[in-house]
Amino acid sequence: MKAAPFDYLRPDMLDETLAALAQYGADARIIAGGQSLGAMLNMRILSPKALIDINGLDDLAHVSVASDMIATGAMVRQSDAMVDRRIRDHVPLLARALPYVGHYQTRNRGTLGGSVAHADPSAEIPLALAILGGEVELRSRRGRRRVKAVDFFQSALVTAREPDELLTALYWPARKPRHGYAFTEFALRHGDYAIVAVACVAEMTADGALSVLRFGFGGCGERPQIVAREGAPGSEHLDDETISAMARSAAAEIECRTDLMASADYRRQLAGVLAESALAAAAAEPVAHA
Amino acid sequence: MSSPEKWVGRSVERFEDEALLTGRARFIDDLEPASGLCHAAILRSPYGCADILRVDASAAQRLPGILGVLTPDDVAAMSKPIGNLVSRKLSYFPIAVGRARYFGEPVAVVVAESRYIAEDALDLIEVEYASRTAVVDPEAAASGDAPVLHDTLGTNVAHERWFRYGDPENAFAQANRIVSFKVSYPRVNSTPIETYGVIADYDAGNRRYTVWSNFQGPYALHPIMCDALRVRGHELRLISAPSSGGSFGIKQGVYPYIVLIALAARKFGRPVKWIEDRLEHLAASSAASGRVTKVDGAFAGSGELLGLRFEQIENVGAYLRPPEPAALYRMHSTVSGPYRVRNISVHNRAVVTNQVPSGLNRGFGGPQFYFPLERMMDKAARELGIDPVELRLRNIVRAHEFPYDSPAGSRLESGNYEKCIALALAKAGYQKLLRERDAARAAGRKFGIGIAVAVETSASNMAYVNLALTHAQRLKSLPKSGANARARVIMDPLGSVIVHIDSLPNGQGHRTVVAQIVADELGVEPKDVTVVSELDTFGGAWSITSGNYSNRFSTTVTSAVALAARKGAAKLRAVAAPALGVSPDAVRLADGMAYAAGGRNEPIPIRQLAAQLHWDSGALPDDVDGPISELVEFVPAGLSVPDEGDRIRSSLTYSFQCDLAAVEVNPRTGASAVHKYVTVHDAGNLLNPALVDGQILGGFAHGFGAGMLERVVYSADGTLLSGTFQDYLCPTAPELPHLEIAHISTPSPSTAHGAKGLGDGCSMIAPAALANAIADATGLDDMAPPFLPGRIWQLLQGKDPDVILRQPAPSPSALDGAPLLQGALRGRDRIDIPAPRQAVWDALLHPESLRQIIPGCESVELAGDIYRARVGIAVAGIGATYDAELRMFDRHEPERLRLSGKATSKLGFGTGEAYVTFTETAPGHTVLTYEYAADVGGRLAAFGHRMLDGIVRMLLASFFSRLRAHLRGEEQPGRLHAWLRSPWLMLSAMWTRR
Repeated sequence: MKAAPFDYLRPDMLDETLAALAQYGADARIIAGGQSLGAMLNMRILSPKALIDINGLDDLAHVSVASDMIATGAMVRQSDAMVDRRIRDHVPLLARALPYVGHYQTRNRGTLGGSVAHADPSAEIPLALAILGGEVELRSRRGRRRVKAVDFFQSALVTAREPDELLTALYWPARKPRHGYAFTEFALRHGDYAIVAVACVAEMTADGALSVLRFGFGGCGERPQIVAREGAPGSEHLDDETISAMARSAAAEIECRTDLMASADYRRQLAGVLAESALAAAAAEPVAHA
Repeated sequence: MSSPEKWVGRSVERFEDEALLTGRARFIDDLEPASGLCHAAILRSPYGCADILRVDASAAQRLPGILGVLTPDDVAAMSKPIGNLVSRKLSYFPIAVGRARYFGEPVAVVVAESRYIAEDALDLIEVEYASRTAVVDPEAAASGDAPVLHDTLGTNVAHERWFRYGDPENAFAQANRIVSFKVSYPRVNSTPIETYGVIADYDAGNRRYTVWSNFQGPYALHPIMCDALRVRGHELRLISAPSSGGSFGIKQGVYPYIVLIALAARKFGRPVKWIEDRLEHLAASSAASGRVTKVDGAFAGSGELLGLRFEQIENVGAYLRPPEPAALYRMHSTVSGPYRVRNISVHNRAVVTNQVPSGLNRGFGGPQFYFPLERMMDKAARELGIDPVELRLRNIVRAHEFPYDSPAGSRLESGNYEKCIALALAKAGYQKLLRERDAARAAGRKFGIGIAVAVETSASNMAYVNLALTHAQRLKSLPKSGANARARVIMDPLGSVIVHIDSLPNGQGHRTVVAQIVADELGVEPKDVTVVSELDTFGGAWSITSGNYSNRFSTTVTSAVALAARKGAAKLRAVAAPALGVSPDAVRLADGMAYAAGGRNEPIPIRQLAAQLHWDSGALPDDVDGPISELVEFVPAGLSVPDEGDRIRSSLTYSFQCDLAAVEVNPRTGASAVHKYVTVHDAGNLLNPALVDGQILGGFAHGFGAGMLERVVYSADGTLLSGTFQDYLCPTAPELPHLEIAHISTPSPSTAHGAKGLGDGCSMIAPAALANAIADATGLDDMAPPFLPGRIWQLLQGKDPDVILRQPAPSPSALDGAPLLQGALRGRDRIDIPAPRQAVWDALLHPESLRQIIPGCESVELAGDIYRARVGIAVAGIGATYDAELRMFDRHEPERLRLSGKATSKLGFGTGEAYVTFTETAPGHTVLTYEYAADVGGRLAAFGHRMLDGIVRMLLASFFSRLRAHLRGEEQPGRLHAWLRSPWLMLSAMWTRR
């Protein structure tokens, strides 16, 4: 459980970082909070030539609010995000997902950007970003680009990031009027990887009908899976039975894997159960705020 | 002036905690007891079972900072196999000699100037393995047709014995009802915070090994280590570390590593330190034995239990490592449990499997025994229509029957089981719970109540281990018996006290309790007593029974301490008596003073008496032989060898315990919520109630973990799947329900303070109590722990709870004409390729085009129908170079072919199988369909199985995009997420099948 030798770089400037990435490419790993990477290095599942530590890039630790987007720098710690008023007010879904991320101790080091870049199929932050329609900012010496989260996550641990790119920021669409947001998950122990995580975004019309519905499922397949229902999916009264039927029909559409902790059937079952409570909570929010 | 209250029996705060909680305790890894310390790392088998054809350490030897590599050949030449009680044909070295038989078995030891360099060198050692079919399931191992692990043994049944007490045949013939229960009780780990650690030094001048370690005993293993090292007792000095980071039994299993690291120190002429890491610990330290038990109970219509019949298959892992097969026998003389049943038969087998060898762990042999017994009792209650509590009350040993001699020889000296159960019912509000259950059920909820009772054995008579031999064999072997303990109490000239004990605390608070005991006897304060719990086999206070096991501390160790302290106190009284003007009997020692009971003379400070004993030996009374330095051996009476009928009193004391759980199961998620959990213990007199409750809480955490979350899991090919704390789930504080603890006390007549043992209690029966509650809630009987939500949900659906662990039956393909494919990881797809069929076929089968298509491919060779390739594969940066070998058959050019192969890398290995068809749907347009089935082993499977499915599909998708590009004559994309090889090379590299 000792990492293989690597070059350690701790640049202070973004330019330096991008230069190092350009030089090492796929032979480099970027370390932010290190809560997943550290273990993988020590197990020698990863043996990069270089470790580029971006903890010195203070510019990446900011949260900024624009009219319809909240930008979080890659180095924003999960624990800081949890208590950030702007995130709580403008990205309630993220605020609701964060308590499920690991433990106090891991959140103190873990970052929003690191979780997204790592792209664990059970991770909560990627799921929240994907269902909200968020974007990932990537920078390299070649330039800067923004990738939609749904395109960014390609498979388990595999993303659209090129080897010379640094994930610099996440863009979170701000909460919208008459929208409700809910996040819930099922794990075997407090702080464990989610067996299934479910996020839900629901828009309610002024007369209490459901006008937009999106479910996001984590932990089930290789990446966050979004099931969207367009065009007044719940124009009639949203009773328990309707909620349950919508939840189950969404769960029926996703891909579910079998592993040591859960069969595919069980995952789908949990996805339905969680989606039900997530939808109920999300649908109730605009009403409560009305 | 004088305190009327004794220290013993009070919740004195632990003296150990300040150092522990402020990070000042010294553990094995903190020690640098010899200069020039170097560090070992261990290369371990990635296979469950494989012959080792070659170990080439030459590249590793050349790495700067390396002292050398200890190989299996070295170990075989320098040492003898570690012997076991029952079979000489089963050879066990602390390293894989010739064949590796479990995932993680040591294959080579690198010694280097640092652990980092040592681990770098591990990657440079070339080992050629020939994998063999693994045997993971104990029942399969016991059947005649499984592959044999040890050729010299010729069978996987390493031990077999039958036992009979009373007239079981008649009892079953008379029975009104026979109730059967069968379970395959899984293995669990101990998972202390501190892993194993060994520091070994070899003094070539004196031909002597000195080893510092966190070995916890029993020191009966010291002669076994000496024998393996081929030295005499004084040539292996064992010294324990000052503090321990926990054990729960498992630190017993460090001893093969003591032998291994000692050999490394000798070979390289330098002191060597090896600290086990967490991956090593979970894979290759030890585990509780798994056990398949079928128990039958013969019941009269009244509910009286007339007879018991046990069929037990013990999974001891790859070797029979001493003291195994003792786990089968620790509870044997208490095979009737707390019940009055006297007609019992037992058929025991211990089988070897491709799993880590078993050993002491959380109530050695207790959970495996009580789970089936207490589940069967519950099932019987339901079948007989008797309340489960009532059924137990009808069958337990009655209060007036103590002392009670159990049919297999246990002497239950004292107890009041009715009272203990009654208290548990009262604490739990049993009647109210029953009403709650009725109400919940009426509302359609799944609510259940479970009870379990147990006798807890403490201070093992080491003779019990010999139950593994027949009486005739025992007569020919060295008799063993006893449960001795040794202690030394020393008072220095300033009146402070040093106590040496022969147990090695792993967090229980021994020092606090010993100080309490000695303070009472000598009339001093506990803070004046320094307790030395470090053992040195060059010191005085150890013997072969020493160590921390079988609850011997609260029973025999404390008795030895009390006896030694009493001898010291007698000296103080003898010296004080003349000055106080009374007889020694009339001298009372308290508050640091010697008082004359009813005397008028001034009390004398004890430190003055201590000075007198040291400075004025010439004036001591005749019956005082010198200063206080009292070495006492406590030799409990009544512990002898098994008799000709295999009856033995296997323990000194027998505690009793009743647990009651109320659980609600959510049928939609399978999750169990514990509404109430009550545990009531009779451990005799309590020496320190706070420590007792701490022990019970810890035992409960283990029992709850074993019941609900934890298990050691191997895939069918012997790959460990629970190799990290991501997959081996220990309960953490939020998972544990509130535990209500209560006590009654029936003192033991055999120990100095009337104390019995209690460390194992809840770890032994919480799984049974929880299972009974869940069974009551759900009606599920046929279930083995852990009761993970996903497993319970599967069972509620009538499905297999362990679907992932089953080798899927060969299933017919969706593809026309496809063969049956075997393997746990499966997939199929259909790819449209804008190229003629022959071109696709050629591209896929031609070595040179393959080499071009596969990035990272160093070479592809085709010899006959066999491809050999060397390919670098990396997904998300997780990469390695794979050596792959693949065979084509059923080749019908250009329509279809079948492939199977294998590959290995540092990260993993596998064999897989694929079926591919090529159909030209239009001119210049081909549809390629494929289907694969595979398994994977090694590090990837052990640590990354959560990701495997996704990775394989990612690789395939990327491969085909490259293939299409190749056929279109395009340049290969400059960058891929994955470096790929053709599907069959990829499959063969990563996925195995058997």
